[in-house]
Amino acid sequence: MSVKNAEITPELFRQLREDEKNSEFIAVASKTFVKDAWDRFKKNKLALFGLIFLTILILGAILVPMLSPYNYESQDILNRNALPSLAHPFGTDKLGRDIFVRVMYGARISLAVGFSTAAINLVIGIVYGGISGYIGGKVDMVMMRVIDVIYAVPTLLYIVLILMIFGNSIYSMMLAICLTSWIGMARQVRTQVMSLKEMEFALAARVIGASDWRILIKHLIINALGPIIVTLTMMVPAAIFTEAFLSFVGIGIDPTIPSWGKLANDCRALIFSYPIQIIWPVAAICLTTLSLNFVGDGVGEALQLKRR
Amino acid sequence: MSEAPILSVKNLKTHFDVTKGIFSKKQIVKAVDDVSFDVMPNSTFGLVGESGCGKTTLGRTIVKLYNPVAGSITYKGQDIAHLKGQELKKYRKDVQMIFQDPYASLNPRMTVGEIIKEPMDIHNIYNNDQEREERVVELLRIVGLKPDHIRRYPAEFSGGQRQRIGIARALAVDPKFIVCDEPISALDVSIQAQVVNLLEQIQHDLGLSYLFIAHDLNMVKHISDTIGVMYLGHMVESGPANDIYHRPLHPYTAALLSAIPIPDPNTAKAKRRIVLEGEIPSPINPPAGCPFSTRCQKATNRCQTERPEPIQVGTRLVSCHLYEK
Repeated sequence: MSVKNAEITPELFRQLREDEKNSEFIAVASKTFVKDAWDRFKKNKLALFGLIFLTILILGAILVPMLSPYNYESQDILNRNALPSLAHPFGTDKLGRDIFVRVMYGARISLAVGFSTAAINLVIGIVYGGISGYIGGKVDMVMMRVIDVIYAVPTLLYIVLILMIFGNSIYSMMLAICLTSWIGMARQVRTQVMSLKEMEFALAARVIGASDWRILIKHLIINALGPIIVTLTMMVPAAIFTEAFLSFVGIGIDPTIPSWGKLANDCRALIFSYPIQIIWPVAAICLTTLSLNFVGDGVGEALQLKRR
Repeated sequence: MSEAPILSVKNLKTHFDVTKGIFSKKQIVKAVDDVSFDVMPNSTFGLVGESGCGKTTLGRTIVKLYNPVAGSITYKGQDIAHLKGQELKKYRKDVQMIFQDPYASLNPRMTVGEIIKEPMDIHNIYNNDQEREERVVELLRIVGLKPDHIRRYPAEFSGGQRQRIGIARALAVDPKFIVCDEPISALDVSIQAQVVNLLEQIQHDLGLSYLFIAHDLNMVKHISDTIGVMYLGHMVESGPANDIYHRPLHPYTAALLSAIPIPDPNTAKAKRRIVLEGEIPSPINPPAGCPFSTRCQKATNRCQTERPEPIQVGTRLVSCHLYEK
């Protein structure tokens, strides 16, 4: 309608017929939950960078030791302490071993330790924290005191003891790290479940007759996924860091296996003569930890509910 | 009134232990204390009272979210206070609830279709997924939403639309009795009428009974056949909606009615409002006699020491010493 002559007459208006009304229409395109979260994740450039770095690292960890002409313990005696070159992209160490292959092999160890401990923590944390928070009351009190007792003993003590008893394999390292780090996840899940279970949709689920497990998993845990995933992605770098630290001080896994901590320790003695050698494992630890943190933040944000 | 009531509540008490710490004095909140009423088939019982008087607790006790400490709830002749397992599940299929806050009562991670389908999955009502899906579409149509809303998430809907999704979820198991816990108080006035009309329409079509909880007396009078007025966990007056609305007996009901806003300022000025002094007493430490005695303008010494029993006055029950012979 033209508004030029500013004359508003009743003829301009008429009542809509019933079939012309469209009051229940929603204009925004319907998106699945995963697609929606991915769209938001993509907007976070740092998180995207982290994801790309991790993908490359994982591919490298799998492929490089398989395809490279060197393996992590083969020596090139004539070429010791070499600077980076085409043949050895990261150079060689004091025994003439290719640092690139050793760092990538170390990535296998670090990522395996990081991701598997996080996965174990996730399962234990959700079950323990979920039950504790959902039942509440006396059960919750007892379960939380058990956690406090475990938490009261220094982590390092557990780790040293376990590595002494079960030997210094990668599995006992995972066990040792898991033994205390699940507590953070359990507490996080418990807090979330406790606040969510009072929400009306949880009550509604009980009224329609849903079982306790169904309510816990389908209604409570699923709504706590954002914070849980953030905690989870913070656990991966924490585990990687613990492993690297223990290997660096020499109580980590089998010293013949080149984990990142061990690599850094090997180069420590030569830090003034060949400083470039220590950069590689340290950079690997830093960038991986940083990337995981970025990805964690990104996922946490992407999973947050938004009203559109 | 010769028919048997579909739901009968007798001397119901729901208390909560709010004692802090192990060694402190025991503290009990008497949220619902000695409440009795009947709901007739195919009718609506309206429950009113100010915030914190125990309306919601009463509603939630009836749908078995809370366990009563004493008294009985009889549904179709069966006492449901101590139901467990399969029996309880059967009861849950018959008695449903519509919640107060449409923004909190729908799981934000589930699509509308999943939300409405869940009760059918739990109770295994239809043979296969396709039949359930068809039923979901039918329910959406009943509550005035579109079939293509089935894959959308609750966050994409307005308050009124969400409340209608909540109604569809409650209807999914073909209940006979629905507890409406302030289903309209979180909505805009224009949307309130829409939801109330929908509830009336459904009641008419499906022959349901409602327990309608609200604090808006006008709306309760409009939808209810019988009204119960609660104060501090007690039912102070109950009876036919028209009688209570036009001729309140209990001093609290009178005060509540006089507080209804009147759209016309001239009429409003002429009307005398009963202004209650003081605060509602704490349900942890209620007055010894009549619960309303601390604020009642007609209270006598007797009111402060002796609790009034419900007495029949004409068509209704009143708990007040003023009406004792």
